[in-house]
Amino acid sequence: MSDRENIILRLIDRHSQRLLRDWLAYQQREAKYGGTQREAETAELARRFLDQLRASARIAQFEDVETIEWRPIRELLEDLSRDRAVQGFSPTETATFIFSLKEPLFALLREELRDDTERLVRETSTTSRLIDRLGLYTIECYARTREEVIRRQQQELLELSTPVVELWDGILALPLIGTLDSARTQIVMESLLQHIVNSGAEIAIIDITGVPTVDTLVAQHLIKTISAARLMGADCILSGIRPQIAQTIVHLGLELNVVSKATMADALALALRRSGKAITERKQPAAPGSS
Amino acid sequence: MQIESDDRMPLRTSDDVVRVRQAVRARAVASGFSLVDQTKIVTAASEIARNTVDYGGGGELRIEALRNGQRRGVRLTFSDSGPGIRDIDQAMRDGYTTGNGLGLGLSGAKRLCNEFDIKSTAGSGTTVTIARWT
Repeated sequence: MSDRENIILRLIDRHSQRLLRDWLAYQQREAKYGGTQREAETAELARRFLDQLRASARIAQFEDVETIEWRPIRELLEDLSRDRAVQGFSPTETATFIFSLKEPLFALLREELRDDTERLVRETSTTSRLIDRLGLYTIECYARTREEVIRRQQQELLELSTPVVELWDGILALPLIGTLDSARTQIVMESLLQHIVNSGAEIAIIDITGVPTVDTLVAQHLIKTISAARLMGADCILSGIRPQIAQTIVHLGLELNVVSKATMADALALALRRSGKAITERKQPAAPGSS
Repeated sequence: MQIESDDRMPLRTSDDVVRVRQAVRARAVASGFSLVDQTKIVTAASEIARNTVDYGGGGELRIEALRNGQRRGVRLTFSDSGPGIRDIDQAMRDGYTTGNGLGLGLSGAKRLCNEFDIKSTAGSGTTVTIARWT
């Protein structure tokens, strides 16, 4: 261990209480949202961080935080950024934990090396580099956690956005919303076929009002879904075709080979007619109290 | 003819195809396209972008907003450095596909646009340029 690394260690050892107090004060000043519980948590984390920093710095190179000696510190920072990302902290608020250690540490260095300017500059820049690396590592962990959250939400969306609705006895509706990529279409198709089996429905209305673009891939998915439903004994009606989509489909040269209607209401009326049912207006208004 | 804006975006995965659709729609809206024209250029872009990803192995898209007097337009240039197309006439025919699609993407995209140009060299990639005017 060189003398150069020694000085930081010596300072942390000797002034650990003061360092911790100043560091926490800095954090509190930077923090937008407070609360005693959060302060207590931060204080506990800061104490653990300093202990670990002493342990790691004793055996490790300051230059490279990727080495195994820094692993406990990295794990601590991973925990910190995961907690904070989940709690909705911003990246700045998360990284401030580390970056706010600079000021109190530099203050100690300044006092210690008051008479040796050259060394002070050197030590300051070494310490600064170390803290920068740890800070960047924290931000990376934070981003990774956020990405995990996004990925999970994507998965949930996949499941959520494909409901099959029973409109009437024997009539199912499948309102499609958003982009129809292969993964989603697969789930949509499976879910529709399963509902056809469960309910014995003979008519399924596929509504594409919420699909912004119908290109050849979307059309192919629709055609496959409609053919599969037909094999299961259910006829499909396509609804929600807006004028611009209709024109585009014609220009693309697509043959959908399916009964289609402009609106879901028209499609439902057709479905009722086909299954020999009708909705009619009541002849007389119902008397109050009767049902 | 003036070029009002010139943007580039990557085309590597099917997620990028979704982003391309959104970017092209935003550009078409900004250029004052009607709803029908928006839908046409977005659909054409979706077809070509998917070809770039699926058959060209990924590439990039250049989106240009054009102005020619009172008319405004959007020009899209898709380029990849994939295997290229050996017989363009055959590729442009309705129903012809080397994959498992419907074989309507290229020919359909051409019908959806005012200008269409395809250049391809076997072994060194394909460039498709489409444009639509208000």
